[in-house]
Amino acid sequence: MDITLTVNGAAKTVDVPDNALLVDVLRESLGLTGTHVGCDTSQCGACVVHMNGDAVKSCTVLAGQADGADVTTIEGIGNPDELHPMQEAFRDNHALQCGFCTPGMIMSAIDLVQKGGGSLDEATVRDGLEGNLCRCTGYHNIVKAVLAAQANM
Amino acid sequence: MASETGIGASVKRKEDARFITGAGNYTDDINARGQTYAVFVRSPYARAIINGVDTTAAAATDGVVAVFTGADLAADEIGDLPCGWLVKSKDGSDMVAPPHPPIATQAVNYVGEPYAVVIGETLEAAKNGAEAVDGDFEVLPAVVDLATAAAADQIHESVPNNQAYDWELGDKAATDAAFDSAHHVATVDIVNNRLIPNAIEPRAALGEYDAAAGTYTLHTTSQNPHLERLVLAAFVNVAPEARLRVISPDVGGGFGSKIFVYSEETAVIWAAGKVRRPVKWCAERAESFLADAHGRDHLTTAQLALDADGKFLGLRVKTKANMGAYLSTFASSVPTYLYGTLMAGQYKTPAIYVEVQSLYTNTAPVDAYRGAGRPEATYVVERCVETAAREMGIDPAELRRRNFIQPGDFPYDTPVALTYDTGDYEASLDKALGHIDYAGFGVRREASESAGKKRGIGFSCYIEACGLAPSQVAISLGAGVGLFEVGEVRVDVTGSVTVVTGSHSHGQSHETTFAQIISDKLGVPFENVTVLHGDTGRSDYALGTYGSRSLAVGGSAIIKATDKIIAKGKKIAAHILEAEEDQVDFEDGTFTVVDSNQSLTFGEVAFAAYVPQNYPLQELEPGLSEKAFYDPPNFTYPAGAHICEVEVDPDTGVVDIVDFVAVDDFGHVVNPMIVEGQVHGGLAQGIGQALLEHGVYDNSGQLVSGSYMDYTMPRADDLPSFTVDTTVTPCTHNPLGVKGCGEAGAIGSTAAVMNAITDALGVASVPMPATPETVWRAASARDQAPKAPREGE
Repeated sequence: MDITLTVNGAAKTVDVPDNALLVDVLRESLGLTGTHVGCDTSQCGACVVHMNGDAVKSCTVLAGQADGADVTTIEGIGNPDELHPMQEAFRDNHALQCGFCTPGMIMSAIDLVQKGGGSLDEATVRDGLEGNLCRCTGYHNIVKAVLAAQANM
Repeated sequence: MASETGIGASVKRKEDARFITGAGNYTDDINARGQTYAVFVRSPYARAIINGVDTTAAAATDGVVAVFTGADLAADEIGDLPCGWLVKSKDGSDMVAPPHPPIATQAVNYVGEPYAVVIGETLEAAKNGAEAVDGDFEVLPAVVDLATAAAADQIHESVPNNQAYDWELGDKAATDAAFDSAHHVATVDIVNNRLIPNAIEPRAALGEYDAAAGTYTLHTTSQNPHLERLVLAAFVNVAPEARLRVISPDVGGGFGSKIFVYSEETAVIWAAGKVRRPVKWCAERAESFLADAHGRDHLTTAQLALDADGKFLGLRVKTKANMGAYLSTFASSVPTYLYGTLMAGQYKTPAIYVEVQSLYTNTAPVDAYRGAGRPEATYVVERCVETAAREMGIDPAELRRRNFIQPGDFPYDTPVALTYDTGDYEASLDKALGHIDYAGFGVRREASESAGKKRGIGFSCYIEACGLAPSQVAISLGAGVGLFEVGEVRVDVTGSVTVVTGSHSHGQSHETTFAQIISDKLGVPFENVTVLHGDTGRSDYALGTYGSRSLAVGGSAIIKATDKIIAKGKKIAAHILEAEEDQVDFEDGTFTVVDSNQSLTFGEVAFAAYVPQNYPLQELEPGLSEKAFYDPPNFTYPAGAHICEVEVDPDTGVVDIVDFVAVDDFGHVVNPMIVEGQVHGGLAQGIGQALLEHGVYDNSGQLVSGSYMDYTMPRADDLPSFTVDTTVTPCTHNPLGVKGCGEAGAIGSTAAVMNAITDALGVASVPMPATPETVWRAASARDQAPKAPREGE
C-alpha cells in the first residue's frame, strides 16, 4: 500500500506491505537509520520518534497509522553545526556512551521537557524516561542532561 | 602538555557528533546490494535428540533462497565453535569441552539453540520459511539445576558427570591449618544470580562473499574483530585469514557479550559464500535473551577464619559454576583465573584455598559479563568480611582497615598467584566514608526507624585484575592467544595524525581518549587527530576490548608507537638543524636543539619526512608512521571503596538506595568525564544484579525471564544519582600509569548493596535479586543476625 507522510518537514510517499511498521518505513524505505530497534516489543524506547507532536515508539506504530502524519526523527531536530539544545546537553553532559539508545532517549527527553512546562526535577525526569532503556550510562548523566536542556529549551 | 584537550581534561567526545544526530553506523544500519535475510530456527526444547530436520516445505516457501541445517555446514567441513582457554582439573587432566557445532546436528541442548537457518529474499520470507522447517525431536529430561547437575543425566556423550573441570588454586594444607587456629569462622552461602547482558543493540551480522576475489567480508557486532576472524579462519574453517575481513563498525554496547564467536555470524558468513549473495541477520530481543552468552550463575560456600583481633587468617571458597550447555569462547577462564585469583581482595589474608567445579546444564552458555569473575569474587570476599564484622562485633570499616594491604607492602604477592603493584586502599575508604558521612549514619538510622523504615549501610572494598594480560602468564595458564595490543600512529604529510588501534570502542570513547593522548604527547591539535578501529583490513592482528584493557594495554601500544615517532622526529630534526641527535629535545610539539634558539615544529618535521629533500635518506627511511605491539608485564589492579546506604520499607520490601558512593583508584585518569561515565554504567549493572536482574529457567529448561516484561532491566526510576570520586596511585608498569575503569562499577557495587540491605534488616543474608517480595520475606522471617557496632552509636 502507498502511504504519504511528512518526515522531518518533507512530504514522502512510500509503498510498504500492509504489516509494515513505522520504524520499517523510516529505516528501510527512507534510510533514516538513526532510529533504532532494540527490542521489538515496545519496551526499550530506542525507536522513539515524534508523531503529530507526541513521542511514540515507532516499532509499535503500523505504517498505515502514520499515513498523513507529521513525523520527526533524530535526523530532523538538528545537525552537527546546529544542534538542538537537547542534543547539545547530551554531548555536554556525557549522557551517551555507545550511542545506540541515544536517538530514542533524546526524542523522549524532548517530549518530556516540552510537556513538562519547565517544572521537571530529577524525580520527574527519571519517572518520565522510564520507557527508555540505557545499558551504558546508569542514567546519571542523562538525567543531568535533560535538566540542563530544560533550562535552554 | 597540560591543555584543554590533553591528558587529564574532560574533553567532550569526538564520537558524539554522529551519535546525537542519528548518524551512527551500526551493523544493522548497513545494507548490501542484493542482500538476503537470515532467520535462525531455534530449539523449543532444552534437551532433545534431533531425529531429523525436514526442510522441504521451508525450501518451497515463497521467497526462500536456501535452507541449511547443521549437516550442510558439516558437509562443508565447517568446524565447531572452540573455547579458547584450557583449564586443568585438580588431577592435572584437561577440561572436557563437548563438541559445539554452530548449527546443531545430533542434539539440541538449550532452548534457543539454532538447528537450521533459512535465507530469504526478505525478512518476512525467511520468517515464513523458518515456520515451515519441521524438526523431529526426541525430547529428553533437561538438566537445569546447578546444585545437582553433576549427579543428573549426562548431557553430552563425551562429558562424564556434566563436569567441565574441577579446579583448585591456593594452599589447601596452609588454609586448613589457618582454620584450625581460628578464633572465629564466618560462613556465607551465596547464590550469584544469572544475568543476561542485554546490550541495547542486539547482535547482528552482514556477510558478503566476493566470488571473483574469493574473499569474505563480515560486518558484525564484535568487541574484537581480529579474534572473530582468527576463530572463523583457524577453527571454523570459513576461509583463510587473508581472505576474510571482519569489520566491527559502531557497536551498541557489549559488556562482554560481544567478545564471543557465536553460531549466528558463523552461519551468516558461511551462507554468504553458499548463496553467493550478501546475507543479513539481526537478532530480535527474544533471541538476545535466549542465545547471547549469559553471565555469573555461581553457587558458593565460603568461610573466613579470623583471630581474636579480627585479623584474617584464611579463606576457603568452594564454588559450582554454571557453564550452560557448551563452553563459550572464554567461559572456562571466568570462574577460575578471573575469579579464584581475586580472593585476596584488598587484604593480607595469608592462606587461601579455592575450589571451582564447572558444570554443564541445559541452559544458554555462560561467559564473561562486565567484570567477569571479579564481581563474583568481590561478592564472596566482601560478604564474608561484612558477616565476620557483624558476628565479631567489630565496625565493618574498622575490620577492613585492620586487614588492608598497606602502601608499604607493594609489590605484594597474594597467596592466589597475583602480584599487586600498587594501591592505597585506606585512602579510598577514608574518602568514601567522608562522602557518605559515616559518622552521621546513626542519626539517619534513628530518623528512618522513627518513620517506620529500616536503614542500612554496606561496604565493598574491591580489587580487580585488569589490563588483560601478560601473554606468557596467560598462555602458561591456558590461554590460546597472546593478549598484547597493537597501536599505529600515522603522521600525515601536513602533520595531522591518524591512529589505528586494535582496541574496539563500543561506548568506551577511544576516539576521544586516544586523541587526547596523541594531542598531549605530540602537541598536535586534538581536532587534527583521528582514531580508527574495528577493522581487520585496517589494523594489524589485535586482541580487542574486554577486561578494562583498552587504555592500559591498547593505550600503551599507542604510547610506544608515539615514542618511536618522537625518536625518528629527533633524528630528522637533528639532520636539518645540523645538531647531534642527543642534543634535540621534543616538547609541546617542537623539536629544539638544547641551549640554542634553533627549532622545528612537529609539522615541519613531518613534512620533511614525506618530502625528503634535506633528509638523510641513506640512514633513515622516509615517512613518519610507526607501529608498536605492547605486551603488559603485569595485570593492573584498580581498586576502590563502594558504600551504599539504603532505606527499606519493611511493609512492602521496597529498597530505596538513598546514597551510593564510589571512590575508585584507576591510577592516572586521561578524561575524568569519561571515567565517571564508565563508573556510573558499571554501578547500574552491579545494582541491577543486586536488586532487579535475574535470568531464570524453569525445571524444563524454558527461559521464563526471556523478555523485557520478565527480566527487570534497571530503568531511570530504579536508580539514584551517584557520588563518584577517585584516588590515585599510578600503575607502576605502564607508560601512562593507568589501570582501567570499565568494570569497577559492576565489580564493587553489588556487595555494597546487599551488605546494606542485610544491615538494614538485621538478617544474615538476602538472596539476589533483592526484589520487594524477597526483601519483605526476609524482613518478615528475620533470623536476628548480630548488628555491627558503629562509630557514634
